[in-house]
Amino acid sequence: MSTETVSPRVEAAPARLWRLGDAAGSVVLFGAIGLFVIWSALTHPSQFVAGLVVGSVLALGALGLTLIYGVLKFAHFAHGDSMMLAAYLAFFVLSGNLVGTRGTDVRVPWSFADLPGATEPIWRFSFGYGLLLSMVVAAALAAVILILVDRWVYRPLRQRRAGLAIFAIVSLGVAIAMRSLVLMIWGPTPRFYVSGIRPTLQLPGGPRIPTDQLFIVAAAIVLAVAVYLLLYRTTTGRAMRAMADNPDLARVSGIDTEAVVRTTWLVSGGLIAVAGVLLALQSQLKPELGFILLLPVFAAAILGGIGSPHGALVGGLVVGVLQEVAVTVGPLSPGYKFSIAFVVLILVILVRPRGLFGA
Amino acid sequence: MKEASKTTKLIVAAVTVAMILLPLIHSGGSVTAVIGFLVPFVTTVAILAIIAIGLNVQWGYTGIFNFGVVGFFMVGAFVAAIVTKSPADSEFVQYVGGFGDRLAFLPFLDSREWLPFVFGVLAAALASALLALLLALSALRLREDYLAITTIGVAEVLRRVTIEETWLVNGTRGLTGIPRPFAGWFEPNVYRFVFLGLALAMLFLVYLMVERGISSPWGRVLRALREDEDVVAASGKNVFAFKVQGFVLGAAIMGAGGAFFAFQQGAISPETFTHFFGTFIIWAMLVLGGSGNNIGAIVGTFVVWGFWSITLQIQGFKLPVYIVDRISFFRDFVIGALIVIVLLAGPKGLVPERARVSRWLDSRVRELRRQEAATQATATVEPASSPVE
Repeated sequence: MSTETVSPRVEAAPARLWRLGDAAGSVVLFGAIGLFVIWSALTHPSQFVAGLVVGSVLALGALGLTLIYGVLKFAHFAHGDSMMLAAYLAFFVLSGNLVGTRGTDVRVPWSFADLPGATEPIWRFSFGYGLLLSMVVAAALAAVILILVDRWVYRPLRQRRAGLAIFAIVSLGVAIAMRSLVLMIWGPTPRFYVSGIRPTLQLPGGPRIPTDQLFIVAAAIVLAVAVYLLLYRTTTGRAMRAMADNPDLARVSGIDTEAVVRTTWLVSGGLIAVAGVLLALQSQLKPELGFILLLPVFAAAILGGIGSPHGALVGGLVVGVLQEVAVTVGPLSPGYKFSIAFVVLILVILVRPRGLFGA
Repeated sequence: MKEASKTTKLIVAAVTVAMILLPLIHSGGSVTAVIGFLVPFVTTVAILAIIAIGLNVQWGYTGIFNFGVVGFFMVGAFVAAIVTKSPADSEFVQYVGGFGDRLAFLPFLDSREWLPFVFGVLAAALASALLALLLALSALRLREDYLAITTIGVAEVLRRVTIEETWLVNGTRGLTGIPRPFAGWFEPNVYRFVFLGLALAMLFLVYLMVERGISSPWGRVLRALREDEDVVAASGKNVFAFKVQGFVLGAAIMGAGGAFFAFQQGAISPETFTHFFGTFIIWAMLVLGGSGNNIGAIVGTFVVWGFWSITLQIQGFKLPVYIVDRISFFRDFVIGALIVIVLLAGPKGLVPERARVSRWLDSRVRELRRQEAATQATATVEPASSPVE
């Protein structure tokens, strides 16, 4: 990967010196990031926890991104908007609402909210089992949509062996199309899964957090473990990793690469949908969410090492914490929150493009 | 437009007809209304085409991927604004610069009307070029997808800075009352034609400059390294230096385009410069028109901006509310889908790039063909021998 990210001429320059500088830079950069995370855990516990919550959502997003990148070898710029679209699909199957004329809603005759007790809060959360059902349905829908987009858009490009730049701009086109579809169907006003006050919970010896955040972190952990098991304990997972290593070799060893591609979109679609729903649950659902998410998710994936599942998880948590803590301790105004992700991103790209765990 | 196909001519003609017919119907047959609509439309096309040509230099010729067009566009616009404006004079309006009055230092020819604007455009191009240089020296060695996310990020951070640092360019309230070149010399009614002329002249200047540069040996290296960097490196060219030059030149052009945008609008705010308007639309214009061809960039700008204006015009008609509410989202959807469809179906665009190494080679090939034909015509044996391709 390192020889790919840096053009051969640079690598051929005073190579040894370059590598030495590379190593020293990496130690300094990741050391500084690590120290900052530890320091913020000790001194700013509430922002730290908030960062972990956002970070676990980012981690799921980055995990999906890194899987797509690993298997399909392209940067999926529609990732943030797919998360947003999936979160809207969950909103729709839960509430049945579509925007009508002049900002008023139209409701389809039946939705999950009509199931008996679907909106009764489970335990001390703000939502009922209806949201969980909607999340599963949204995951399935998102997977189907992504597989179809792949078949109609990315597969022809793959067969033509189009360059990375073409993939990037086409996927950005897909992102724009998704966002404008959402705007047409659900309108620009923010949406909520649950209205009313969110119950909170006192963490033992720590800050008070909305109870839903526990669910967010738990769901992220469950999903991350599931993906880990899939990747490292099943034949499908092995096929995916083989294709990530070397697509041509995978093909000649008899792996049905198009099937692996579909599986990848299926898994990523699920991750995308759950991440989107969890994020919307944590804050609110709005069409701009897609673009807002794009930089942090890319930063997380690249920080961890793009193509590396562990890296994506660590990267997500780190970016989440950095984002939440940096704007409260420094002279920066909170408006810079999402720019932090970018600064991390560019530092990692410049110092060590293969990230923490990149091959 | 010799190289334009029938489809291209048809599309351009359709947009042109719509651009004349829609305001004509809308105003109930008033020619003044049509002119009142067409003049700002063509002015905007000229300005956006300058930016599209800037992107064409970067992507179409040099093969450098820039997803942060809006960053350079915006820097150009704001720099031109603060250079040409008078200093901030109220506590509610804060911005740096305001050199307009001091730059009008020539005591003759009413220099306040034009001299600061010359500096404004130059400063805009320079600022944009400096930004590009900084970015190029650090990030241009990256692979395309990393460069894409880096440029998008730089643009986003720049947008954030203009929003958050209210002392810089007045935050979200933006800058208003940006002066216009020669505005004091004409009636407002006549002035719009003058400004249209200025914008077209600038477009023509940029077009000529880029065409000259690209058909020179320097431009040939750029096009070669777009195709294959290793081959260019193997023939002894400093690939990185050429890439930096291409990137910086493109950015300077975008900055100059941004300056004209600021003059035309008269008021700019960070919210004008969204990624969608500032980056994505420009990409749509270039990709649709045909990257690697400046005429293509201009045609693409005309068609995309024409489509944009058509959707705005349609909003003025009496249509069902559910359509009027959604038409701008529909427009965005079509532009997003357009990029995907163009790159899937006909990646060369409306006016494809001419496959030409150099004019000298073209003329040489023509000459050889002529000689070939002459010898064949005079030859008595085997007149049906296969012609040389």
